[in-house]
Amino acid sequence: MKHVRTHRAASPWLFLLPGLATVTAFSLYPFLTTLHKAFTDALTLTPGAWVGLRNFRDMAHDEQFWVALRNSGLYVVLVVPFTVLLPLLLALLVQKRIPGVTFFRSAFYTPVVASSVVVALIWGWMLDDRGLVNGILRVLGAGPFAFLGDEWLLLFSAMALTVWKGLGYYMVIYLAALAHVPRELYEAAAVDGAGALRRFTAVTVPAVRSTMALVGALSSVAAFKVFSEVFLLAGPTGGPAGQDTTLVMLVQRTGTGLNGRVGYSSALSLVVFAVALLLMLLVLRADRTRRPE
Amino acid sequence: MSRTTPWEKAVRYALLLAVLALTVGPFLWQLSTSLKSTTEDVYTSPPRFLPSHPTAHNYAAVADIIPVWDYALNSLKVAAASVLTNLAGASAAGFALARLRFRGRRAAGLAFVAAVLVPLESIVVAQFTMMRDLELNNTLVAVVLPGAVGALNVLLMRNAFSNLPYEIEEAAVIDGANVWQRFVRIALPSVRGTLAVVAVFSFMGAWDDFLWPLIVLSDPDRFTLTVGLNYLHGTFQQDPRLVAAGTVIAVAPLVVMFACLQRYFFRGVGEGAVKG
Repeated sequence: MKHVRTHRAASPWLFLLPGLATVTAFSLYPFLTTLHKAFTDALTLTPGAWVGLRNFRDMAHDEQFWVALRNSGLYVVLVVPFTVLLPLLLALLVQKRIPGVTFFRSAFYTPVVASSVVVALIWGWMLDDRGLVNGILRVLGAGPFAFLGDEWLLLFSAMALTVWKGLGYYMVIYLAALAHVPRELYEAAAVDGAGALRRFTAVTVPAVRSTMALVGALSSVAAFKVFSEVFLLAGPTGGPAGQDTTLVMLVQRTGTGLNGRVGYSSALSLVVFAVALLLMLLVLRADRTRRPE
Repeated sequence: MSRTTPWEKAVRYALLLAVLALTVGPFLWQLSTSLKSTTEDVYTSPPRFLPSHPTAHNYAAVADIIPVWDYALNSLKVAAASVLTNLAGASAAGFALARLRFRGRRAAGLAFVAAVLVPLESIVVAQFTMMRDLELNNTLVAVVLPGAVGALNVLLMRNAFSNLPYEIEEAAVIDGANVWQRFVRIALPSVRGTLAVVAVFSFMGAWDDFLWPLIVLSDPDRFTLTVGLNYLHGTFQQDPRLVAAGTVIAVAPLVVMFACLQRYFFRGVGEGAVKG
């Protein structure tokens, strides 16, 4: 097979052309221009001149940048533990082939299918001062809470929304992993008299550990890049005094429009890229430790 | 685990129903709000879950404020185009990377890996500048182009094609089938599950995308649904019934599509097509 000519020399490149052209023109090339613009004072309508590291020095003195970095960082720290653990429990719940389980699996996937704009508007309405959540809390004798008026409550609400929206997505990843866990392990543990909690910590967690690492890394990248949920719940200016701005919101706000500071925004973009790449390397490492098994 | 007691079963179903209420409940609440008439108080406490006089009035009213059906059509065009370009482009590129031997294959594969590593969020401003230079900004073509062939989809297709046994192609080569015939008649039909996953993800990605269309579209006539809903929300926040009607219009087609494709989707995912 190796030495038989199975195709003309140009054929592979014809197959690759649409994909390679798209990826080069709309991902790799814009990345190179971002890399270049980050060191210029370019505006939307002027190409700008080389300014060296000035954008990065400006960043260090930009209060908005530190607020945005804090928020995006907090997002990773507070969202990821939930996106790693809750979908795993959910996957265990729908793993067993019992009547109606296919329906539940698809239903739990609904928030993933809906766009982040739609779910943010739904949550915005539920968390309204006089919305569903405060209505229920009032019956229980609590609240009302200004979920969308307070700087911190707003950020926590957006985080809860992100966790909720990701449940089904990561559940499916766990389901694929759980399918490969040998049943005998559970049976042996049951024979040894292990309870549900013990079976979880002694059998399930070790068996899907690498998938947990993968989910952790994937969801930290996604959490760090958060935009839509916070943009819609907090508004384009990022909540009270802009205190709920995330890093990608700052990129969008500074870099677009007629007066966009493209140079500065590109420098911010590089920070997003660098942190995302760091978290992405975690994915690859998790993947590599999984291979030899 | 091996024996289930009725008690265990009851607990399992109770948990399933509780999660169901948490995940699907908010959508039903939105649907209910959208069906409440303008005379009905939507702020009651305790909350009233069913509309007392269900009406489709809000759906007509939201169409008077923003051209919601035009926006839906724009979203549909973008999503359909994205599905077609991704299916064609990603399967062709994935096939070449997995099944053909040629100089430069490794470099071509690396280009796609590199593209996966560049988050969209970090290049949107550069993409916007580029579209403006090409005089494509404010068009639906500009919305589709950057995601026309997703690098991750190419890698998914490459994985799927790599897993096919070589024997099935050998026979075709001996029979004198050319590359194109092997691709269309043998390889493609063998990876239907992965194709379904790519189709679903492309459709969802395009229909749900917000950041990029928000940046590249400025003319309200050209908005996609997500950008249009953001506009509706910003301007007419005071009437939650209208926003609710708008969101139901945006989410219903996806729920229907997913309900139809979920069998193939979960099978494709189960085949290991999606590792993340």
